[in-house]
Amino acid sequence: MTRTLVTGLGVVAPNGLGLAQWWAATVHGVSGIAPVSRFDATGYPAQLAGEVPDFDPAVYLPSRLLPQTDHMTRLALVAADWALADAKVDSTALPEFGMGVVTASSSGGFEFGQRELQNLWSRGSQYVSAYQSFAWFYAVNTGQISIRHGMRGPSGVVVTDQAGGLDAVAQARRLVRKGTQLVVSGGVDGSICPWGWAAQMASGRLSTSEDPSQAFLPFDARAAGHVPGEGGAILVLEDAEAARARGASSAYGEIAGYGATFDPEPDAEWPSGLRRAIDLALADAGIVPDEVDVVFADGAAVGALDRIEAKAIAETFGPRGVPVTVPKTMTGRLYSGGGPLDLAAALLAIRDDIIPPTVHVTPDARYELDLVGAAREAVIRTCLVLARGHGGHNAAMVVRASN
Amino acid sequence: MSRRVVITGIGVLAPGGVGVKSFWSLLSEGRTATRRISFFDPSPYRSQVAAEIDFDPELHGLRPQEVRRMDRATQLVMVAAREALSESGLAFSDVDPRRCGVTIGSAVGCTMGLEQEYRVVSDDGRKWLVDAGYVVPHLYSHFVPSSVAAEVARAVGVQGPVTVVSTGCTSGLDSVGYAVELIREGTTDIMIAGATDAPISPITVACFDSIKATTPRNDDPEHASRPFDATRNGFVLGEGSAVFVLEELSHARRRRARLLAEIGGFASRCNAYHMTGLRPDGREMAEAIRVALDEARVDRLEVDYINAHGSGTKQNDRHETAAFKRSLGEHAYRTPVSSIKSMVGHSLGAIGSIEIAASVLAMEHNVVPPTANLHNPDPECDLDYVPLTAREHRTDVVLTVGSGFGGFQSAMVLVRPERRAA
Repeated sequence: MTRTLVTGLGVVAPNGLGLAQWWAATVHGVSGIAPVSRFDATGYPAQLAGEVPDFDPAVYLPSRLLPQTDHMTRLALVAADWALADAKVDSTALPEFGMGVVTASSSGGFEFGQRELQNLWSRGSQYVSAYQSFAWFYAVNTGQISIRHGMRGPSGVVVTDQAGGLDAVAQARRLVRKGTQLVVSGGVDGSICPWGWAAQMASGRLSTSEDPSQAFLPFDARAAGHVPGEGGAILVLEDAEAARARGASSAYGEIAGYGATFDPEPDAEWPSGLRRAIDLALADAGIVPDEVDVVFADGAAVGALDRIEAKAIAETFGPRGVPVTVPKTMTGRLYSGGGPLDLAAALLAIRDDIIPPTVHVTPDARYELDLVGAAREAVIRTCLVLARGHGGHNAAMVVRASN
Repeated sequence: MSRRVVITGIGVLAPGGVGVKSFWSLLSEGRTATRRISFFDPSPYRSQVAAEIDFDPELHGLRPQEVRRMDRATQLVMVAAREALSESGLAFSDVDPRRCGVTIGSAVGCTMGLEQEYRVVSDDGRKWLVDAGYVVPHLYSHFVPSSVAAEVARAVGVQGPVTVVSTGCTSGLDSVGYAVELIREGTTDIMIAGATDAPISPITVACFDSIKATTPRNDDPEHASRPFDATRNGFVLGEGSAVFVLEELSHARRRRARLLAEIGGFASRCNAYHMTGLRPDGREMAEAIRVALDEARVDRLEVDYINAHGSGTKQNDRHETAAFKRSLGEHAYRTPVSSIKSMVGHSLGAIGSIEIAASVLAMEHNVVPPTANLHNPDPECDLDYVPLTAREHRTDVVLTVGSGFGGFQSAMVLVRPERRAA
């Protein structure tokens, strides 16, 4: 079967705007978690977020796009621009039906939605924006990216909470395998507005710590929820032959394997769905656990969930059998942006032979994980990325060096 | 030999009645279920018409705690999924749950629940810094609508991939198309696939008002949805759900399941033109149709019936008429085309699945449902739109299409199973 390569990356992350800046920060353990600045969160139990710094959309996007887009869509459009530029793709030179877009979303343009709900309920329906019908909905990023780059091929949008980003990339790979030569994929999310904040607090999983270095501690005995963030990554996926035909000079790596499962009821006789997602992804990649050089864990930072994830990893690879890292300790959980950002980190780990660190965490010894606390140099050819969505969604993806 | 996918069970909750039977009697009798909005006082709005379902979730088997926690869109899909499973005769105790998945399409997810909770925490829009003290625990499930698919998955007990597909108004076709791929590639043998939307809420009505997409024909709600008619002036918002049990063909045969239709082909394209606008030439939809027919190995001359998107906006009706001519050539003029949105309204992401259900029923009964309220066709829409009354018509191959905000254009080809039993 044809191989699906990643030829371009665009990153908008709380610890760095743009691939180079973000990767430098990530390798050096620089966190982007800080007090919320997009609204006054001091009255709420949770007060920290990973916000993308120094982002002025007017610098990157035409002014006509600004009134019709939520903050997270602007981030997504810029990430897509950068990913295509990184891949050196001239979208006007490719067949229009040969290019598609598949993104994940978890909550759509929620801040835009809050503003229009407020307009409706405080002022009346005639004050609702003409853009509300599509600025809020989950399909907005795929639609806007396809328009911006004239991509008329098969496209899609999936919603699977935090697992969605990997599911989107997997669907993009399906489209490539069926003959679409290039698919822009990944996820960029963010609902850092009061209404989004209230909704996220309802999950009961937000950290209420006020100390950025203590707030998000997956696999730590002190784990007490996560810090939410905004941003993510957009990837350019290409069929290997098609990439060669257009003269693409290099690729970051290959999307080699994928598995998705749904958790059985906790009291059921079945094992965790996560373990099975890992097995499926490894089998799909045609590899055994020994061939995995590093695992990018989901890192819920909720005791019960950390236990399940640590157990699945330890069962697959043996106790402390593989390096495990959670770079999202520097960004917060980015919902559908989280998986794609970890894919980007995995691909750069392969490029630079370095494992980015998990910051602030003192690993709980009971988990039997080799958690990478400081950037570690190692030969990296194959990475496993895990992402879990609220409600029981598990996704696992294998990326490996393409040469 | 490539794996083939058949529909072995259908559940429908559409305006006009609960269940497949009442759905088909509405369509085959050409009755309409559009009316003045009753869920809230619509008088401040430009469009005051919708196609609502009279539905008591507890009467249909949902427990009080489920009703409380689930958005209406979730309630609808739970009931439709139950009907589909029961019709399929599938005993889930005999099935490997790891080889089963769920995909549910939805354009706007849990909008009703979100708006209701927003009003509480914001004191009806007075507070930007909403009062999180009034937040209900299930608000997170409304916030991220993958909860809709997760509820179905938990109720059925599946352990394969579980996803919401949200591509606006083509979600209901795209979610089934997505499920078909999972079976074909061998990931699953069974998919519970369908769609749901329950958008009849002030914010949805207001946002379509603001772009004049919905009809202002408030004095005549029963006849307000008028696809292809010269007097049509916008769509009528609806709600509903349809769910299918999809099975790999040999799996279905082994258990001697009733085969309702084969999903022969599916394709989607984007117009990359405008978030709400359509290019008049219909070339992206035509391309999706061409590829879906190709995948189904069906010649365009074999298409017996086209279940149109037919939303009842001038732009859409002309766009897809052009797309049918572009893809089917002269055969477009000889093929009955109809829009069930004339009767059940436009339930956004759900309607694509509801229209698949209508297509399968048309095949089963050899009856093409009509386009209600079509008295004076738009001169630019010059195909056979089956006005007013259903028509007996041998229907072995159905093309059903969708078109939506974001530029999505999708096409699916359904084939009578015994037509090529090999």
